[in-house]
Amino acid sequence: MKTIHALAAGALLSAAVGQANAAEIEVLHWWTSGGEAKAANLLKEKLEAKGHTWKDFAVAGGAGDSAMTVLKSRAISGNPPAVAQIKGPLIKEWGDMGFLGNIDKAAEADGWDDFLPEEVAAADKVEGHYAAVPVNIHRINWIWANPEVLEDSGVDHVPQTWDEFFDAADKIREAGYIPLAHGGQPWQDATVFEVVMMGIGGGDFYRKAFVDLDPEALTSDTMIESLKTFKKLRGTMDDNIAGRDWNIATSMVIGGKAAMQIMGDWAKGEFTAAGMTPGEDYECVAPPMTESMFSYNTDSLAMFDVDDEGQQQAQLDLASIVLSKDFQVQFNQAKGSIPVRLDVSLDDFDACAKASREAFDVAMDEKGLVPSLAHGMAVSDSQQGAVFDVITNFFNDPDMKAETASERLVSAVRAAE
Amino acid sequence: MPSNVPAPATVERRHRRSLAGHIERVLPRLVVAPSLGVALFFVYGYMLWTFLLSLTNSRMLPQYDFVGFAQYARLFANERWHVAATNLVVFGGLFIVSCLVIGLLLAIFLDQRIRQEGALRTIYLYPMALSLIVTGVVWRWLLNPGLGIQAMVRGWGFEDFTFNWLVDSDMAIYTLVIAAVWQASGFVMALFLAGLRSIDDSLFQAAALDGASLPRIYTRIVLPSLRPVVFSAVMILAHIAIKSFDLVMALTGGGPGYATDLPATFMYAHTFTRGQIGLGSASAIMMLCGVLAILVPYLYSELRGQRHG
Repeated sequence: MKTIHALAAGALLSAAVGQANAAEIEVLHWWTSGGEAKAANLLKEKLEAKGHTWKDFAVAGGAGDSAMTVLKSRAISGNPPAVAQIKGPLIKEWGDMGFLGNIDKAAEADGWDDFLPEEVAAADKVEGHYAAVPVNIHRINWIWANPEVLEDSGVDHVPQTWDEFFDAADKIREAGYIPLAHGGQPWQDATVFEVVMMGIGGGDFYRKAFVDLDPEALTSDTMIESLKTFKKLRGTMDDNIAGRDWNIATSMVIGGKAAMQIMGDWAKGEFTAAGMTPGEDYECVAPPMTESMFSYNTDSLAMFDVDDEGQQQAQLDLASIVLSKDFQVQFNQAKGSIPVRLDVSLDDFDACAKASREAFDVAMDEKGLVPSLAHGMAVSDSQQGAVFDVITNFFNDPDMKAETASERLVSAVRAAE
Repeated sequence: MPSNVPAPATVERRHRRSLAGHIERVLPRLVVAPSLGVALFFVYGYMLWTFLLSLTNSRMLPQYDFVGFAQYARLFANERWHVAATNLVVFGGLFIVSCLVIGLLLAIFLDQRIRQEGALRTIYLYPMALSLIVTGVVWRWLLNPGLGIQAMVRGWGFEDFTFNWLVDSDMAIYTLVIAAVWQASGFVMALFLAGLRSIDDSLFQAAALDGASLPRIYTRIVLPSLRPVVFSAVMILAHIAIKSFDLVMALTGGGPGYATDLPATFMYAHTFTRGQIGLGSASAIMMLCGVLAILVPYLYSELRGQRHG
């Protein structure tokens, strides 16, 4: 009888001790498609192994628009989740409004500054303190190509300059294929434009135009040339692009209807799902003139300000799990991106991921590393929307001149400030 | 027991009767009160809140530093808002007029005592039972040049046939009209049919005896007596047009570019995804003003007409 009492007391005690630092945290994210959900689940398991409880709050919708809407309504009602997936300048906006906490403790303990790329780390800080933890790095400037279609059209390699590209496009068209698969949604139009512009203008120009939104850069000859090239690309696409989803466009490349697509490296997931191997069944190559450049899109988990000590501990634990080496490898293999830690070996990754890391290193050295505007890494939501409006309208209006579009960029951006 | 003291049971009965009377008087108000309260708060309260927000420079979340009518000035300087507002005029005008004309014609044809009228009526009315999202998706396929009507006619051998309105930024707004008219004209037909059936047959007979032709009977006698039906139809169609959101989302997604943007999609994009709550609220208030500008004069003239007539 006594032993039973003792046992029960002990069990209660240990439960109480366990409770002291363990807590339930709610995590808002939009990792809901196949590979992404697998990746998110991995994080959940690792967090629960530490005794915490992961309350899943997944909101479907690719670019996270719906997730952000939900997050705002929760924040207005005074009940935000403990952790939320937020990107780029939005982290600072939330931080400036006083919603975010501080996870410097985890950053100091694990020495984040030693292995995180400086630009990426800067986006996760609010007034010099870490408020969010970066999870991965996606590269936007990729051409996904179907080698069979290229060969059949008499094109021996993926074009390296825009002149080459348009020559190749003519050949591909004559052979009866669509040269460039595309989905006509504003963010996809902006993705393609961004890639064209960074190739033509280079890293410094890109930053001036799409990070600082400098009116001079926006109306420069380089910008006008980029716009013209971009408009010319419309002719290499089919007529039915309006409203098409990106993965439908990817499936046109997979199915051999189209030769190439310009899209970020999440497209790899579609090829993998179709049972294709990079380098053999499909190719991933940097678009013309962007070999030494890298337009990045980073997912981050922002930590909201919570009072409960257990929850604070859970946030710190979550942050250090996210940046642990083995998690970085497993998560990014499932997601199609590359680890955000520079000291993780990519031996187990596929050819495209390895190429992505190489491009990243080169871009860091040559100042070719730029935040993607199309994916919400460069400017605020409202400015991004204003740029989208102009780009997509220019692309779809056959009569609009590049000069007009560049002037509209300036006025639209100013109006959105 | 003295006789002037009422028995306890009688007291209770009288008391109960007065309680019942009391409840009877209060009950209607009690029943109406919750829904009235809910409507006041959630409809008019939020309208007021939206108006307040439109006077602030709220961005991602509501804030309350008032900037006067600056958001309205920004709204009217906004290129995309002009596209959205113009689109609403084009779409709303064509939609209402086409629905009325097609609905009236269908109703007149059905009114000629044809066989299988019930079945035909169901066929015409059925599109109304579909969600606008479904209508949008189906018409997106039909109008897609590579899959739908254009591809089909070309398949028949007319190689030059072109019907690519969906991907043409000048014409895309008319695809919205097509889909919306397809959806709603059957419903308008049902309204008119009910109106036609309520007209006394003796009117027809009297007119026919006087030697009036059928078209003349319709234009001189039937149509004027359908005025109240037209009134309700315009009311319903106008509010469908102004709140159109799901159809645009499903059919064109606002594209190509933002060529088919309507005020509702403009408002949603700016308020909820672009972190410009102040500007979005201003656009919502402008939509409200648009509704009022159309409906108030119309309501006024119609209701006054009825009182006198």
